[in-house]
Amino acid sequence: MSQRMGDPALMILPAFALLGALFVVPLVWFFIGVLSEESPGEMIERGVAVLSSRAAVTALITTNWIALLVTGVTLLAGYPIAYYLAMSTGWRFAVVLFCIIVPYFTSVIVRTYSWMVLLGRNGLINQALRAAGLTDAPLPLLYNKFGILIGMSYVLMPYMILTLYAAMRGIDPSLVRAAHGLGASRAYAFWKVYFPLSLHGVVSGSLIVFILAIGFFITPALMGGPSDVMIAMLIERAVEITLDWPSAAFMSLLLLAATLLLYAIYYKVTDVRRMMGAAT
Amino acid sequence: MTSSVPEPPDGNGKGAIGLRAVTKRYGAERVVDQVTLDIFPGEFFSLLGPSGSGKTTTLMMIAGFATVDEGAVTVDGRDIAGAPPQRRGFGMVFQNYAIFPHLNVFENVAFPLRARRLPAEQIRERVAWALGLVRLERFGDRFARQLSGGQQQRVAIARAIVFHPSVVLMDEPLGALDKNLRYEMQVEIKEIQTRLGMTVVYVTHDQEEAMNMSDRIAIMNRGRIEQIGPPAEIYERPANIFIGRFLGEANLVEGRVEDVADGVATLRVADDLTLRAHVCAGSAVGASASLFVRPERVALGTGAAGEGDPAVNRAVGQVRRISFLGNIVRYAVEIAPAALIIVDVQNTGSRRIAAGERVTVSWPVADSLVLVG
Repeated sequence: MSQRMGDPALMILPAFALLGALFVVPLVWFFIGVLSEESPGEMIERGVAVLSSRAAVTALITTNWIALLVTGVTLLAGYPIAYYLAMSTGWRFAVVLFCIIVPYFTSVIVRTYSWMVLLGRNGLINQALRAAGLTDAPLPLLYNKFGILIGMSYVLMPYMILTLYAAMRGIDPSLVRAAHGLGASRAYAFWKVYFPLSLHGVVSGSLIVFILAIGFFITPALMGGPSDVMIAMLIERAVEITLDWPSAAFMSLLLLAATLLLYAIYYKVTDVRRMMGAAT
Repeated sequence: MTSSVPEPPDGNGKGAIGLRAVTKRYGAERVVDQVTLDIFPGEFFSLLGPSGSGKTTTLMMIAGFATVDEGAVTVDGRDIAGAPPQRRGFGMVFQNYAIFPHLNVFENVAFPLRARRLPAEQIRERVAWALGLVRLERFGDRFARQLSGGQQQRVAIARAIVFHPSVVLMDEPLGALDKNLRYEMQVEIKEIQTRLGMTVVYVTHDQEEAMNMSDRIAIMNRGRIEQIGPPAEIYERPANIFIGRFLGEANLVEGRVEDVADGVATLRVADDLTLRAHVCAGSAVGASASLFVRPERVALGTGAAGEGDPAVNRAVGQVRRISFLGNIVRYAVEIAPAALIIVDVQNTGSRRIAAGERVTVSWPVADSLVLVG
């Protein structure tokens, strides 16, 4: 390797410039452009109006509820998969990792549409159920919260699994062996040693999934019903349909603030992990 | 389990371990090959060998972490082949301590008791007892990262003995400690073992450690046991050249057996030099063999001590090398072409011999052996 390629801070500069030009500048410009037209008093009034509107309150509740459910589903389904991944080697590991990573690189829209093909009234699942004689009428799997839950959980699963996997790889396998050697059953060793040591991964993974879930747009828009409006969809409506840009700006700001706050917690958690020396 | 005061396991005759022709294969290689052993209750037994000799694998088969491909492992006469590690009831101390990082010292030591669902009151008493034994009474609420290596090792020991197992298995527990601390811990471990009367099976590659603590040592090499016996016996009467070399410093002078009479062989080392030593099995007249003698048994002189005495080996040579090791001074004396005798002399402050001087080395025939292979 070359001895010194320059200041690391300098090397990350192009990335920062790109991010700044494409993300931060338009965002700030949008907020300033829209919100500066109003006096502080008007702004507060607007905030109160937006927050007390039925649509916004419902959307906030829906958003949090769905994000919470998605976090729960990805955690419950992702933990065993991550555990399997952490315990496997060779081709088993490669196959499972492949199955997790490949969808990750596929467009969200494509993945959402494929779920719609599966879950629709005349989708594959309903057809199969009817063919098997298990149901008479098609089950409502799409255009409701169930559809959203399936779609979003699927899209966000890799984040949960990979975060959990990273935490699990840091667990010294000799600790679990020590637990067995000292008389702990498999279940006892898991719950008293393995699980607590993977807990920071559970927290990190849940926060990442929750953060991503509260800002979700495409999947709930395509797979949800008319009443399942999440905050991002409300923002889109304000921009595209009602042309109420100040309200859209206010809601965006709110979403951004919530995301940053959660990210701050996430950052703290990962930092605490290093302090705990859990990887040793 | 009803007594309020924890009773240490005593010499109740429990904790005998038997290995019967135990074999472990990895692919075509036999990492442990037909090992048969009897470890007595209350005995401090060491498996000593270089890395790759199969000693750790043997311990892991006793512990239940490795399966036995052939043969049987018994505890107090019962075959334990089918029992998983958690049912074998052994205390274990691991190479890297394996202190649970998310639990404090108290909870680490309490772990085996909680796994056995003991009542809280008893857990408190036993943990206090075990921590007292390793002199860590006041460290209960510390975490592993707040402890030194020696303290972590003590926690691991307390955790292994807290539930009064009759057998404790230790896998190179002192490997990560520095030399001074290691000696201290050896004394401490030995003391606890004697006090509790438990069987300890101890794996190490450090021969001093094994000799210091063990009642008996099994020397392992390439998956096989080369010799079993008390430390002094193995040190003084090694069964073969490998053991003689492995356990401490040894002189091994190559030669040819010229004559065997009354258990004493005469070995021709050079045209003008023969040495005598006790024979072991397999040293036939005409065979090549090595004469074994410990450096500290050899006397160094400038005079003609022991000349003509048939019970003393005597040779004249030139000092080639002198190593000052503090408490001893080590001389290498060339008694024949390419035949060096190492002599350890206590550093008593008397006049030191200089390199190049001609000296006489001598040692009792009774202190030397003829070894083959």
